Order: sequence, then structure tokens, then C-alpha cells
Amino acid sequence: MTTQPITQPTQPEITKEIRDIEADAARAAAAGGRPERHARRDYAPYRSSVLRHPTHELVRVDPEEVERFSPAFGHTDVDVLESDLTIQHSGEPLGERITVSGRVLDGEGRPVRHQLIEIWQANSGGRYVHKRDQHPAPLDPNFTGVGRAVTGDDGSYRFQTIKPGPYPWRNHLNAWRPAHIHFSLFGSAFTQRLVTQMYFPGDPLFALDPIYQSITDPAARERLIGQYDHDESVPEYSLGYVWDIVLTGPKSTRMESEEDHD
Amino acid sequence: MTEREYLQTPSQTVGPFFGYALPYEGGGELIAAHRPDAIRLHGTVFDGNGQTVPDALIELWQADADGSIVQRQGSFRRDGYTFTGFGRAATTLAGDYSFTTVKPGAVGSSAPYCFVTVFARGLLHHLFTRAYFPEDSEAQATDAVLAAVPAERRSTLIAALDGPGSYRFDIHLQGENETVFFDFDA
Ligand SMILES: [Fe+2]
Repeated sequence: MTTQPITQPTQPEITKEIRDIEADAARAAAAGGRPERHARRDYAPYRSSVLRHPTHELVRVDPEEVERFSPAFGHTDVDVLESDLTIQHSGEPLGERITVSGRVLDGEGRPVRHQLIEIWQANSGGRYVHKRDQHPAPLDPNFTGVGRAVTGDDGSYRFQTIKPGPYPWRNHLNAWRPAHIHFSLFGSAFTQRLVTQMYFPGDPLFALDPIYQSITDPAARERLIGQYDHDESVPEYSLGYVWDIVLTGPKSTRMESEEDHD
Repeated sequence: MTEREYLQTPSQTVGPFFGYALPYEGGGELIAAHRPDAIRLHGTVFDGNGQTVPDALIELWQADADGSIVQRQGSFRRDGYTFTGFGRAATTLAGDYSFTTVKPGAVGSSAPYCFVTVFARGLLHHLFTRAYFPEDSEAQATDAVLAAVPAERRSTLIAALDGPGSYRFDIHLQGENETVFFDFDA
């Protein structure tokens, strides 16, 4: 027999890579480097990043007028009912009914008003409606998992949905994504564009997940975790999670002045 | 240190399963294809091995033909008349994307361009680039952003005319012809 099955890395191998990179990043930060506030673009434990990240440094330029604006989305585009993912079919979806609410702010703490938020997620069994999702968990005929909203005058948003399940993927052997909701956001400038994922507190898969861990600074990645807020829970109906989102800019000099103090 | 409270929310990959959520009917048609001033801006996304990327999402944002930046709703529900300046298209199984739009006018002193954003599984942070047009070499010679790009890499930002009113703008995430990507948060 000459053909061998393709061997996938094991979880302990991936976990070791994750820990080694984090230790390097912590040493660099301790030595006075900038804390890494974003995901690393080149993050080998997430195997799909290896051939897809740019190898040249990004070219730093000032945004011009086109980049300082963003498309106008509003009630022509988004119906208010689209923020409720539990009413898109004839019956109620299976799972733990939740709300996810919060505010979208810019880098100065000002509300990001009247901007688009899109979300998508797996159902309570960890299955996406997407046709290439191979996970043999059942589809829920009453759940698609897509929502949209436009932020209010105070930057606020609110979605009604069900808690998504964790799901397996093929990054390595026995790889499982922690439960998450995908978020896509626009600010008032296109440079503020953000696509990210919101996680749920206390997930035992955090330490094992190379996508979550691609943000090597623990404080930075914890900003992706929604918080349980009992005041947002509705009696006999749903549990409340709160997650505030901070977009970059508009182009701020704050970081430089902050560094000047160091 | 109040600024600590407003640290940015980090990015995460769009993942492989956005196809039923983000693309939408008419997303790639910023204007109707039968308009006499319609152009096609299209291309293929490649990874570092030269393999095509079938699970990328491309967003286009641009000025109108007269160089104005519009603030009009309706990108998700195209009425066939309103130009919103925004488009969104997923790559096909062959890694191709395509937009029907107008050629943007110049804004300020820059050469005309479409602002292009790339999302894909494997990209932990989206990428910003610009598609300029081959007939504008004179304006490009004084374009401030192109001037910041090393000369030998500028050609990755210029689309190629590949037919009447059709421009090809391939995106190389890595490799010999790696596209120039921008960071606007200096
Ligand atoms: Fe996901």
C-alpha cells in the first residue's frame, strides 16, 4: 500500500502552535511593543490563512473622499422585521431564544448612527443553511439565520434570534468552532468597514480555536465576547446578551498621542 | 485614560458560509447592463499557489460618472434607475467576480478608481484596494495614493481593457503579482 490518507494535524499540535505564537506576542508586548489589537493576517494555526494573506506590508495612505464616505443604507433597503430571525418562517425555530443588543461606536466613542448591520449564523444544532455546509446536523425548517438592522440615533441595535450551536470544521482533526454569530458592519466612512464574529461567554472551545486565537492579545479577543445581561432577558421568553462594537476612526490621532506618553 | 474604553473591536474572517447571507439579487449591477455608458469590471481572485478562490466576496464603492459621491439608499433593492455607488458580488466556483457599473469620474485631484474590498475564508481581516483604469495614465502620474506605492507594484492596481467597455481587474492575494492592499489607519 503506497497511498496514505492525508493526515490532519491534531488538536494538541494546533494548540501548541497557538500557545507558542501567543507567548511570542506576549514577550514582544512586554518588551515595549505595540499590543496586537487585531487578528494576525498570517496565522498558520488557521490553515486557510497561509496562502491567502498578503505577504507585502500594506501600503499606508490617507483616505481620500471616496473612502471617507460609505453607502447609505436605510429603510429602502432594510425592513424593521429583518432584525427578528425567529419570525421568518411559519413556525418557531428550535433552540434557546436570545436577544443580542448593543451600540455601535466609533473610535472616539461617538454613536455610529443609521448604519447597516448584517448578521448570519448557524442554527441551534450548529448547521448553516449554506449548501456547502457538510455538517450532518439537521437543518431547521423554521430558521434561516440571516438578519439585518440599521442602527438608531444612539448607535443602538437589537436582534432577536436563537443561540447558535458550535460546529465542526476541517482545519485539523476534531476541530470545533465555538458558538458565534457573524457580524458585518458599515460606519460612516468605508475605512470603518468591519466583518467579525460575536462569541458567548465561558465557551470551553475558546482556547482551542485558531480563529478566535488569531488575536494574540487576550484583552483584545475578549472584546468579541457578548456579555450576558439579566436586565435584557425577557421573563418567560428570552435571554439577553449585550455586545458593543467599536469601529476604527474616523481617522484618529489619538493612538499617536497615546504613544507619545509612553 | 478614557480612550481605553473605545478600543476597536477586532476583525474575524467572513468564513466559508456567507453565501446565503451577504450576496443579494442584483448586487453586482450598480446600473442596468443595457445602459450605453455601462462598463463591466470583473476579474479572478487567486491565492498564493495561483489557485482561484471560489469563496471570496468583493465589494465595490465608487463615485458616479461625474465624480460625485452619492448618498442614496437602495443598494439592496435596485430599482433600475438609482445609482447608489455600492455593489457586492461573491466569486463563482471558478473564482470570478463581475460588476456592471459606470466608469467613475475623478474625485478631487485623484485619478478615477473604484474602491474594492475583499473578504474571504482565510482572510482574518478584509483587504482594501483600488481598481484604476488603463486610459487614465496621465492622471495616474500625479495621483497621491499611487505615488505612495512602489513603482514596480503599481501595475497591480490598473485594470486591463479586455473588450469594449470591459475591464479586467484580477486580485492576487499572494504571489509574484500580489495586489497592492492599503491600510488607511495610519
Ligand atoms: Fe461561522
